[in-house]
Amino acid sequence: MCTYNTVTTELNGSAKGPSSKWFHVDHATVYYDHPVHAMAGHALNIDIADPSAGPGQRVALELTAESARALVQATEDALAAVPPEIIAAG
Amino acid sequence: MTARTVTIGSRDGTDIEAYLATADGAGRRGGVVVIHHMPGYDRSTKEITRRFAELGYDAICPNLYWRQAPGAEPSDAAAAVRAQGGVDDSQLLDDVAGAAAYLRSQEWNNGKVGVIGYCSGGRQSVLAACHLDLDAAVDCYGALVVGTPPPESNRPNLVTDLPSLGSPLLGLFGNEDRSPTPALVDELDQRLNDLGKPHEFHRYDGAGHGFFSPDRPSYSVSAANDGWERIEAFYGTHLS
Repeated sequence: MCTYNTVTTELNGSAKGPSSKWFHVDHATVYYDHPVHAMAGHALNIDIADPSAGPGQRVALELTAESARALVQATEDALAAVPPEIIAAG
Repeated sequence: MTARTVTIGSRDGTDIEAYLATADGAGRRGGVVVIHHMPGYDRSTKEITRRFAELGYDAICPNLYWRQAPGAEPSDAAAAVRAQGGVDDSQLLDDVAGAAAYLRSQEWNNGKVGVIGYCSGGRQSVLAACHLDLDAAVDCYGALVVGTPPPESNRPNLVTDLPSLGSPLLGLFGNEDRSPTPALVDELDQRLNDLGKPHEFHRYDGAGHGFFSPDRPSYSVSAANDGWERIEAFYGTHLS
């Protein structure tokens, strides 16, 4: 099915995308729907993008639900291992 | 068959890109508007468009994402449009109306134009048939035609549009689909019966959503083959 539901969030960081070049990213779109490439009926899709630079300026992920949860957990674990003062210092 | 990219006028006056495939030879023939699925104006949808030309129709697929993402790679365009909230129903109707008018302007068009859509396009095919001058509509497993949209959806169902359905409807559904579920297909069937709207539904055991997509794991050879035969017969009846 097409779920239509889409979650967006603002970001501040960089990504390596088209032509292997780094670019600033400020926007992410997250949705569970049909993937383009992953061999699954549905996937958790993440587009990390700089919309101001055009539709092609994005890094796209298509993950199984299990993989997406593992990525969330790994992200949380990595952040939890960092002393708060280091995160605060940026 | 000849296939090429063209520019067509949407009903609202905007020029948009479209993929046109025309049958060879002289002789009056019908036209088909192909509505691409949410993943975009992609290779598989263009293959579908060419197949209709091989079947003897002139077929066109408007790029529904042209306004927001002109020239973008199809998956990039789909992502960009999704991030902007998707294509609203009024724009969809403008683009399908423009595509249908383009087909009717072709030298060999017999005045008849059908529409077909897959997945999100299935709903849009029904929507178009409720509001535009079309001669036949095909809904391939479109969700949110009936039933309660999820809270996060910005798409209404089409229950209040169905009394305006102006053409025969062919519906093709998988019995393993979760949206629309078999119960929702039953509901649509009943509503159309109650309204006296001509329709023909075929439902396939062992097939889920997206069974026509040969490049996806959801592809079902038996359902897709039978579905194509049903489409050919349906358009043969209503677009001749």
